[in-house]
Amino acid sequence: MSWFQKLMPGRIRTDSRSKSRRVPDGLWTKCSACDAVLYRPEVERNLLVCPKCNHHMSLSGRARLKAFFDEGDLEELGTELQPVDVLKFRDSKKYRDRLVASQKETGENDAMVAMHGKLMGLDLVACAFDFRFMGGSMGSVVGERFVVAANRCLERELPLVCFSASGGARMQEGLFSLMQMAKTSAVLARMAESGLPYVSVLTHPTTGGVSASLGMLGDVNIAEPNALVGFAGPRVIEQTVRETLPEGFQRSEFLLRKGAIDMIVDRRELRQRIHAILSILTGAAESKPREGELLEAEAESDASSVNGLTIEGEVGDGDGDGSDASPSR
Amino acid sequence: MEANYLDFEQPIAELEAKIRELRNVDSDNSLNLAEEIRRLEEKCREKTESIFSGLSAWQVSQLARHPLRPYTLDYIPMIFDRFIELHGDRLYSDDPAIVGGLAKLDGRSVMIIGHQKGRDTREKVHRNFGMPRPEGYRKALRLMEMAARFSLPIVTFIDTPGAYPGVGAEERGQSEAIARNLRVMARLPVPIICNVIGEGGSGGALAIGVGDRTNMLQYGIYSVISPEGCASILWKDANRAETAADALGLTAERLKSLELVDKVIREPLGGAHRSPQEVAVRLSETIKAQLERLEAMDTEERLAARYRRLMNYGAFERS
Repeated sequence: MSWFQKLMPGRIRTDSRSKSRRVPDGLWTKCSACDAVLYRPEVERNLLVCPKCNHHMSLSGRARLKAFFDEGDLEELGTELQPVDVLKFRDSKKYRDRLVASQKETGENDAMVAMHGKLMGLDLVACAFDFRFMGGSMGSVVGERFVVAANRCLERELPLVCFSASGGARMQEGLFSLMQMAKTSAVLARMAESGLPYVSVLTHPTTGGVSASLGMLGDVNIAEPNALVGFAGPRVIEQTVRETLPEGFQRSEFLLRKGAIDMIVDRRELRQRIHAILSILTGAAESKPREGELLEAEAESDASSVNGLTIEGEVGDGDGDGSDASPSR
Repeated sequence: MEANYLDFEQPIAELEAKIRELRNVDSDNSLNLAEEIRRLEEKCREKTESIFSGLSAWQVSQLARHPLRPYTLDYIPMIFDRFIELHGDRLYSDDPAIVGGLAKLDGRSVMIIGHQKGRDTREKVHRNFGMPRPEGYRKALRLMEMAARFSLPIVTFIDTPGAYPGVGAEERGQSEAIARNLRVMARLPVPIICNVIGEGGSGGALAIGVGDRTNMLQYGIYSVISPEGCASILWKDANRAETAADALGLTAERLKSLELVDKVIREPLGGAHRSPQEVAVRLSETIKAQLERLEAMDTEERLAARYRRLMNYGAFERS
């Protein structure tokens, strides 16, 4: 090893020895994007956002909601719903067995958690997909739980927030899963008719039937940084058009540029931003942030918009055709 | 092999070829020939019946995509009068994979919307194999909203492998276009009758498939994913499409028994392409009867029933 390599911090070194060095379980974790070795409790405090490179790692549905709501009373909704294998579906494994394995791994009974609680004092309902549970796929339980969540909003005139992370409809439930797209969109039509706001937060990754229903139907659509969101997955598109997709295709920044979403928000700022949006939409009073949260008072300065005025008045560079009548000297 | 026959139809194709041959023979012995032809025709019918009485889900999928299968624009003149096609989403483009327009059904004004596939290579490409882009769904939406303004019931014909998975389609918001249609159709104040006439391919089909009634032709399919797509994801092998088709439960009969489809419309022996007119008559009768019932309801009542229907989709248990 050269003197230069020795000087480099461990996380930059790429020789084979450092690669094979195992990260001990429990206390330490590795960022899935930059490979930095991170102190797990610190990363968890940071909502699984890498402190080194800002990569947003996958967050379970329950952890997501726990981080989103104020501490205190939370009522979980639709817990009584249980998935069934109505088609007796079997690929390399039985659907039944896949369900049991996912339930064991995640401690959840299906791919969505829904709760009623408070966000900086504002009463609301939020649901979150759990990508670990069969790729966050939407089957009958996910659809019904979303409807239960929205119905709570309709009954009590509350806003709804949904964090999606899903590969789409759950194939193992056949056409039942496709119909969940129609079902969840229908309940959102009722929300819209009732003048109740719905904020859709698209997290990595959200594709297929979830993106093409409840995902894209927010009054306000928000994406986390660098989330992959689209109808068809990139692999399918590459196979269809037979070309390599450009860097950043279907990522948050692309979606913002193409007009599919309203904004990209860092996970650590979602509480404040969603609260700010909802308090304007519902006319609710401002409320206190959680301890340790800084309310950057709508940080983006207005300076840039003021500048807009000065530019228009300026005469562009001369066309060079000499048609300008030059003032007499 | 005859190009216009499927693998499992080959025995039928052979018999039919033989019959054609005999018909073309000039012979003094015409009496004997006529008898031979009658005998072969009888055999051919029996063969067809036996093949079609035990079709697998995969065979039905192939029939749904049969090269001779009637498409939306084939049925429209057989069912409706004075069809006036309307074009464009007023935002970006016109998508030939979805057609739509005004027409009369038995004197009653209606709006028609349907997927459209192409017959020959050139038209197939023009119609993008019946795979719509966002502008197709937005054209459909424009026509649906127009229908609502003029109180025209909507009849849709579903026949698509799915929404197009392309770069431009993603850039222009394929997901949003589909999602918006789902939300609007759930509450549109005019009757909507959806008919799966061929392939009902996933979200791309559903985007014009939310309404008061869903009818399906006997050899149509309706599925969350194509058998090939499902096989390549779950079995890691697209050649297992046959197994996947079976597992997905995508046939009309199966979906009727699961209460996901309201009515199965019987096809003639050998499939819709053997007698499109016959299918058109049955479609027309079904649509008219359903429209009569739907129009007898007041709008609120009809919307409430549609909403209940949507909310009932799902199979789960309560613990």
